[in-house]
Amino acid sequence: MYFPSTHAWSRQETLGEHMERRGVSRRDFLQFCGEICVMLGISQALTPRVAEALQNVRRPSVIWLQLQECTGCVESVLRTADPTIGDLVLDLVSLDYQHTLMAAAGDAAEAALHASMEENHGGYILLVTGSVPLEENGIYLTIGGRTGLEIIREAAEGAAAVIAIGACAHFGSVQSARPNPTGAVGISEIVTDKPVVNIAGCPPIGDVVTATVVHYLTFGRLPELDGDGRPLFAYGARIHDQCPRRAHFDAGQYVEEFDDEGARKAWCLYQVGCKGPATFSPCPIFQWNDHTDWPIGAGHPCIGCTERHFWDTMTPFYKRLPDVAGFGVERNADLFGAAAAIGAVAGVAAHAAATGVHRARQKKAGIPLPVVPDVGGGAPAPSKPSGEEESNG
Amino acid sequence: MAKVVVDPITRIEGHLRIEVQEEGGRIANAWASSTQFRGIETILEGRDPRDAWAFTQRICGVCTVVHAITSCRAVEDALGIEVPPAGGLIRNLVHGMQTVQDHVIHFYHLHALDWVDVVSALSANPAATSQLARSLSPWPNNSATYFAEVQDRVRRFVESGQLGIFTNGYWGHPAYKLPPEANLMAVAHYLEALDWQRDVIRVHTIFGGKNPHPNFLVGGMASAINLEDTGTINAESFSKIQGMIKRARRFVDEVYWPDLLAVASFYKEWASIGGGVPNYLSVGEYPDNGQWRDTDSLYFPRGVIMDRNLSEVLPYDHEKVKEYVTSSWYDYEGGDGVSLHPWDGETVPHYTGPEPPWSYLQDHDKYTWMKAPRYDDRPMEVGPLARALVAYASGHQDTRDVVNDALGRLGVGPAALFSTLGRTAARGVETVLLAKKLEDWFDALVARVRSGDTTTFNGEYWDPSTWPRSARGYGFLEAARGALGHWVQIENGAIKHYQCVVPSTWNCSPRDANGANGPYEAALMDNHPLVDPTRPLEILRTIHSFDPCMACGVHVLDAEGSEVVRVRVQ
Repeated sequence: MYFPSTHAWSRQETLGEHMERRGVSRRDFLQFCGEICVMLGISQALTPRVAEALQNVRRPSVIWLQLQECTGCVESVLRTADPTIGDLVLDLVSLDYQHTLMAAAGDAAEAALHASMEENHGGYILLVTGSVPLEENGIYLTIGGRTGLEIIREAAEGAAAVIAIGACAHFGSVQSARPNPTGAVGISEIVTDKPVVNIAGCPPIGDVVTATVVHYLTFGRLPELDGDGRPLFAYGARIHDQCPRRAHFDAGQYVEEFDDEGARKAWCLYQVGCKGPATFSPCPIFQWNDHTDWPIGAGHPCIGCTERHFWDTMTPFYKRLPDVAGFGVERNADLFGAAAAIGAVAGVAAHAAATGVHRARQKKAGIPLPVVPDVGGGAPAPSKPSGEEESNG
Repeated sequence: MAKVVVDPITRIEGHLRIEVQEEGGRIANAWASSTQFRGIETILEGRDPRDAWAFTQRICGVCTVVHAITSCRAVEDALGIEVPPAGGLIRNLVHGMQTVQDHVIHFYHLHALDWVDVVSALSANPAATSQLARSLSPWPNNSATYFAEVQDRVRRFVESGQLGIFTNGYWGHPAYKLPPEANLMAVAHYLEALDWQRDVIRVHTIFGGKNPHPNFLVGGMASAINLEDTGTINAESFSKIQGMIKRARRFVDEVYWPDLLAVASFYKEWASIGGGVPNYLSVGEYPDNGQWRDTDSLYFPRGVIMDRNLSEVLPYDHEKVKEYVTSSWYDYEGGDGVSLHPWDGETVPHYTGPEPPWSYLQDHDKYTWMKAPRYDDRPMEVGPLARALVAYASGHQDTRDVVNDALGRLGVGPAALFSTLGRTAARGVETVLLAKKLEDWFDALVARVRSGDTTTFNGEYWDPSTWPRSARGYGFLEAARGALGHWVQIENGAIKHYQCVVPSTWNCSPRDANGANGPYEAALMDNHPLVDPTRPLEILRTIHSFDPCMACGVHVLDAEGSEVVRVRVQ
């Protein structure tokens, strides 16, 4: 049920003052800050510091541009999980320009955009969904008679931070798939004089967007990013390493055909094309739509949508990834890191290799891995006979 | 005569530009232009047809399931695959909930601000608002205290000086007619609907893993049913779904539908404004058994109405669907005078408009990325109104009951349906029916599972080695915004040709070779006021009544060796 806030956050007051006027108890506020710490993957011991920082922020302007896209990312943000967090984040910022929701249209809408850009020059957060078509001087996308290219350049110039939401803003997504008829590119191809955060996914989980904004407001800087501009707090782990069905992969228990015996026991989807072994995404951890479920949990293989150019590198979607062998998974998971540079997963090879090296080092040092029983002083579990490995590869 | 431009049209999906000529407070002429092209059909060439649902799904993230299901239907049609009944029922639940959620979001978050003055809500009396709410519905959030809280929030929001998404709205425009209390009630429900929508849509998450863009599967659904496993569709999933359906229906019956009728009663003059194109098309929807080609099994019937003649429903023949590019930035080999069936469709973009930034497109013969689909060479309106009219005229009793009840309560006759208000009301009629229908499909699915039928997928022709060397098929579906068709040709296991004809292409279509306007344009030219050209609120009312979905509408898929031609900027 919706409990409306009786106190909008005015420009003059800090968040702390605002919360107090709203009647949010210190305890609730700290709990919210603690949840943010969990989401961002930082120690809960830092909760008081997060609270202090959040308490003193002022309500910043946010401009949201929608370029060449399908609006799925906007819808995803509208579904952010916890109503309390969603309510807070809606209140946290002043959303000055957002096509899907704003009351004004036409000239009145464009006037709102330009007023906000001028008034908050150098201080606003720029959210972008959609790609920029570059072919033929950008005429495949115009808004108010101006090209998307012109609009993004102008808006990025005065932005304090640029957050590219979704696969289109990340790398061009479906319209950039071969043969990319409109020359669609992601935002980081256009905005090169400041860092661009890529909230990857088609669409991404809405909570990752709100958490990234909160991170920026709280710590006064953008989160740490991986080599592809994706925040580590969300994209630092491979789906395959976090998957609840991983034990079935390790045990060689696969869905061979949809709705078969294995599917009805929720076994591993690798053989029907799951791209989890090549995909870095928070899906298994954050899950979707208020922690309701996630794609693999609902029985469909991961299509790898957080990876650059997945429409070309991860297709056909139902063809299994090469060389992710079954039994003896610890060995093969490490091998994966070294061997992944082949075709389909070239884009993530470096990242995967890093994971592999990291795991190998852990083993060498005798630190027990979470998935391996702690046998005889942390020695890895004995590997299976090689014949079985091959038969299941 | 004044030239008026509204670009961007906000509170829609995608990028739409409207230009009109205003004369004496009326609209004399109109141009609807889609200003985005993505070329997704070209991209499908040579790919695995089992992947096509995911590509076409990304045409639109608002009506996020309709292209996916239609694509599955087209591929299944081509390969002779029959979806098992339980798989079909799951698709109905997913698609039905999509439509219900989509329509409610449209009413509150995309359309309401055309009728509801947020600022006026500040002068409402909360006690009187409470009385109004109680007189309309048993919905429990109806106390004076509750409305006072909402009002206080709005007041402080306005006083903060940072209006966010409400900046520069046409507040105080003379066309706003609701009393302050009705405005306050609607604002409260605007906020409640934001929470409601993200709850009920989780039916998608349970069956498809996420929303937006849940997963689908050619041959059925990937979500296996096993009551004895923790990781499949089990009793816990069923009880969650049942709860969502219950909450969906209650909100529709106790909030959305009463609000819609209450708002409509203040705007009855809009029942004679914005009718436009007099022809209506519905391909029918919601098969009982997963077999959508069996038209007898469809809940909403298939058919065509010409010239507003409700005494005759013509049969639908997909061979009569053809598209022009006379006013669109594409070339046909046969020139601008011909129209092509989707089997023979060509998509060769050729931009001939002015070099951006531009001021007007209305002086150009070609002015949009939308093609112009025609049925039997006539423009057609598609969407909730077309579905309701075809159902009404076909004698569909559920539809007749709700429509007649609404007409009676508003004190208007069936002719009122051919209008801006009729379009908005028809959307509500359908939502009431679908929210109830969800319960029936849920019960039917439970009964199947109880009887031991848990099969959700038919893998008989999953393997490409079982496919013919060449095959072609089509899939139809009634999306939230209207009739959708996909046509696919498969050769040697790969897509050879793919075409979509999409609801917003029908509705936003430009002038054809005969000079006939599409539905948006015709509606804006039908007895249409525009009191203040600098604040074109009336244009938004009529355009939003269609619920535009522009990313869907831009005709985008052509796989047959059509190289994208170099575009010449004039």
